Amino acid sequence: MLQKTKINAQDGKQDLVITREFELPVDLLFKAYVEPQLVEQWMGTKVLKLENKQHGSYQFETTDPYGNKHRFNGVIHEFSPNRKITRTFEMENTPFPVQLEFLEFEELPQDKSKLTMHIVYKSVAARDQLLQLPFAQGINMAHNRLQDLVSNLLNIR
Amino acid sequence: MNLRRDVFQAIADPTRRAILVLVATQSMTAGAIAANFDTARPTVSKHLHILTECELLQQEQQGREMYYHLNPQKMKEIADFIEPFRNMWEDRFTKLETVMKEYKANKPA
Repeated sequence: MLQKTKINAQDGKQDLVITREFELPVDLLFKAYVEPQLVEQWMGTKVLKLENKQHGSYQFETTDPYGNKHRFNGVIHEFSPNRKITRTFEMENTPFPVQLEFLEFEELPQDKSKLTMHIVYKSVAARDQLLQLPFAQGINMAHNRLQDLVSNLLNIR
Repeated sequence: MNLRRDVFQAIADPTRRAILVLVATQSMTAGAIAANFDTARPTVSKHLHILTECELLQQEQQGREMYYHLNPQKMKEIADFIEPFRNMWEDRFTKLETVMKEYKANKPA
């Protein structure tokens, strides 16, 4: 299967770039980031606040499978319709530092579009920790057992 | 339905992890694997199917019997920590695309 989402995270750097091409015209891709009810649908979050303008801010809320609520928020620094959003992103009540996000929307031929998301973290360590979060959650309980298994296999062969 | 299952989804189940640990040392038939569990045989078969589908297990015909063994290459991918992060975004963006295609289809002309 073709992997549409690409991540460029170089060793020892405190930023990363996520790119993805969509089979959507650029205005629809941009709309997905702007209309609260659409944001809610694809991100699976509740939109508490979303001011799409320079110096505006946003606050979203997600509920995890255990019913715990998690909020995240940020400030919009640059808002250029169908082209660009520059904003901060912060998870509330977590030790993770705020991050800076540059979102660029590009029109491609045949009604397609491309999103480039450049994220800058506070430090190399902060970036790597966030990168590993889904990995840690994914193996969670199996962690030790599987880790042993993987290292055994790598040693054998 | 998503037929190509994610490796992490596959190992999220305790029975499937136990199966991986079992076949790590030797290839086994479905019957021999099932004998290690209290679960019904069809349930074990379903787990084997999922593990084979995401390529964590490989099948090998030996005479009349089908043996299952571990695919070390795929196991290595689990050690690649960036993959789940990428998958998270892949899922999110796929959802975005689906939502917006529906939005476009339902939009009044």
